[in-house]
Amino acid sequence: MISLNHFLVVGALLFTFGVVTVATRRNAVGVLMGVELILNGANVNFVAFNHYVTGGITGQVFALFVIVLAAAEAAVGLAIVLSIFQTFKTIDVRAADLMRE
Amino acid sequence: MRTTAAKVVMWAVAAALVIAFVGYMATQVIRPAAEVAPLPAPQPLTLPDVLFYVLAAITVAGAAGVALSRNILYTAIGLLAALLGAGGLYVFLSADFLAVTQLLIYIGGVLVLILFAVMLTSRITDIQVSNASFGLFGGVLLFVAVAPVLLAVALLTPWAARDPGPLAPTTAIIGNAFLTRWLLPFEVASLVLLATLIGAVVIARKEIKAE
Repeated sequence: MISLNHFLVVGALLFTFGVVTVATRRNAVGVLMGVELILNGANVNFVAFNHYVTGGITGQVFALFVIVLAAAEAAVGLAIVLSIFQTFKTIDVRAADLMRE
Repeated sequence: MRTTAAKVVMWAVAAALVIAFVGYMATQVIRPAAEVAPLPAPQPLTLPDVLFYVLAAITVAGAAGVALSRNILYTAIGLLAALLGAGGLYVFLSADFLAVTQLLIYIGGVLVLILFAVMLTSRITDIQVSNASFGLFGGVLLFVAVAPVLLAVALLTPWAARDPGPLAPTTAIIGNAFLTRWLLPFEVASLVLLATLIGAVVIARKEIKAE
């Protein structure tokens, strides 16, 4: 029998792998992919709690807003990555340190 | 030379902290819980259970691929698997509309956008560009530090779970809710998307310098 805990474990693992990706990647696109994983882990938790604990659809609506904001974040983030690439000719996140000087 | 030594010392301290933390979790949190509530007797697997485990395995394997893969293109494939698996899991939670939305927006939109960015930024397969920054060791340390906390909280908290009942379609209810209770957030989201559209174009366009 599948219970709430199964989904929470999947969500926790998605979140953890997302955090590891964000922390370990040098590639700006890879960092954005890690953010998508984190948001997906949160979404799985929202929908699982909605189904097993609260009922109704509030959790699903919240997950939909998360998806909308993730799409917006991906669009702006990738535009910034392209802009960084035009300026520095690389998307290594350590290269974009112009404000340090 | 001094900076290298300082770095090694810092890594050693971090590793020691993480190991101490894992030991604390194992002895103080997990063992008492296991003594109080032993594992329930295994029940025979039904078809939905098997499907769930397959989808969960796809999701977690894809996420692991995103975190561990060297090549950024394989990373994108892993993200595809993770998003597909998560979309399949939504069906088990009677969130059919959300599953289709995941398919359309994440896989049809976000993933294609990411692949475009991967292709548009050349030299992406250079080892320097798509390499991990603090390496496998740091990643494993971070994983070992984060995963036990989340898993312990998820598994040991007595959630007020109720019987969810049979799966039911929710698309009509969501449509009604968006146009009644969640009308203001819905409209704000459309404004956010418009601002995103304009902002992405403004940021990503080529600068044309006036002579």
